[in-house]
Amino acid sequence: MRIFDPHIHMTSRTTDDYARMHAAGVRAVVEPAFWLGQPRTGVGSFTDYFDALVGWERFRAGQFGIRHHCALALNPKEANDPRCAGVLDVLPRYLAKDGVVAVGEVGFDSQTADEEKAFRRQLDMAAEHGLPVLVHTPHRDKAAGTRRTLELVARSGIPPERVLVDHLNETTVAMVDDSGCTLGFSIYPDTKMDARRMVRILAERGLERVVVNSAADWGHSDPLSTARTGEAMLAAGFTEADAERVLWDNPVEFFARSGRLLLDEAVPDEGATFAGNSLLRGARPEPGEG
Amino acid sequence: MAETTGLPAPVRERLAALTAEIAADPARIATAFPAAARRAGRGPGPSGDPAGIAGPTLDDLVRGELLAALAKAVPADRLAAETADLYRYGDSDEKRAVLRALPRLGLPDAAVAPLLADALRGNDPRLLAAALGTPAAAALDDAAWRHGVLKCLFTGVPVGALALVAERADAELARMVADHAVERIAAGRDVPADAWPLLAGHPAHRAAVERAAADRAAALAPAPGAARPAPDHPRKEA
Repeated sequence: MRIFDPHIHMTSRTTDDYARMHAAGVRAVVEPAFWLGQPRTGVGSFTDYFDALVGWERFRAGQFGIRHHCALALNPKEANDPRCAGVLDVLPRYLAKDGVVAVGEVGFDSQTADEEKAFRRQLDMAAEHGLPVLVHTPHRDKAAGTRRTLELVARSGIPPERVLVDHLNETTVAMVDDSGCTLGFSIYPDTKMDARRMVRILAERGLERVVVNSAADWGHSDPLSTARTGEAMLAAGFTEADAERVLWDNPVEFFARSGRLLLDEAVPDEGATFAGNSLLRGARPEPGEG
Repeated sequence: MAETTGLPAPVRERLAALTAEIAADPARIATAFPAAARRAGRGPGPSGDPAGIAGPTLDDLVRGELLAALAKAVPADRLAAETADLYRYGDSDEKRAVLRALPRLGLPDAAVAPLLADALRGNDPRLLAAALGTPAAAALDDAAWRHGVLKCLFTGVPVGALALVAERADAELARMVADHAVERIAAGRDVPADAWPLLAGHPAHRAAVERAAADRAAALAPAPGAARPAPDHPRKEA
């Protein structure tokens, strides 16, 4: 089964995870920019992070046979810190880069005025750069936040099929479905959404416009939850093609709208370096040590 | 302009649209520059080297044209500020393109040297080669320039790809290269072929390297009962 994980924070994961993901069928990922588990305090911290998402992390994934793309944005949580507001001034430079396939994660956390301002401005940037949008829906007051999200998307003029509304559950799936946006489900070990509930939703509403992701990060999460969902689909009577539609075709169709997806096979090269640095520890390739 | 004539016609056409955008609104370079390879063209340049070490890539040349268009459209201080920003927010390809374009921009040394210094701080052979591969390397002081050349030797960037070597290579660089070569010999490694031309005009330094190589060879084939000769240069950390 070929898997495209449309939402995973690989900077927080190990090389073991990359190896297990490849073994489970993951061949491409999108890593959206989010927070680090503790607050950043300035713009430079974000730009170094963005540099890593378009640079080192792409290289690291490639060394395990996985194509890495990213979505970049000022995330909703940190949009509330005035020290980070300047991120929006440098973001357009990054949205122009190769391998940046969406603006994201944007959306609401605590649904403040500052969050809404950053969200609107970044919807405008997505329209200007011809990029799809990956929207985070809040953990608290989710239904209200999702409703407001859909209003802002409709007002932005961005076609709904270019917007992926993520972290959905049984209470938000219907309104997002009605909006025409792409529906994203994050499958966690024991919160938000699990593989069994996911299969039930797929059986009830069908496969079109649905993507499934692990949203794995530095927290309790599983980078193989996409594969687990595929297995649960097969066990429930879906075909292999059905599973691949959800786990590969749908996310590819969505992000291909950026015109910047690269899905040729990533061929690992043990001696390769990125900016002169390699993944090897101990003996290093010559020349170019250090 | 001379540089554009080397570009394939379809690339020139797409490039013209980008330079027109910048002429009309110079701020557009912030997003046109990163997107230039995708929008105008990428691949090896006249040197044939896709990594851009032996010479500029096609996308370097394209981005150089964008900077040249900016230079025509804005005053010198704004050009210096925007060049620094394009470098700061650039990925390795974009940074290399900025470095390759520096000789065309007529920026003061004070604006050029910090960009070269940044490139020389890292280990990226593409950036090392671009920082020292054009006459803009004249903006570096002697100490920084010599250390840059040594780093190229260390990382395998061919000295033949560097500019100003005939003018700037001096006895101090020869000493540094000789010490590096002696260290390599002590570690049982080859002396890079590019070391020898830098030692050419400096017989004492060349002799030190040859002596170390002979001592090493003797140490590896000791006569029965003979003491191992001590190396004449202590091993240093790289």
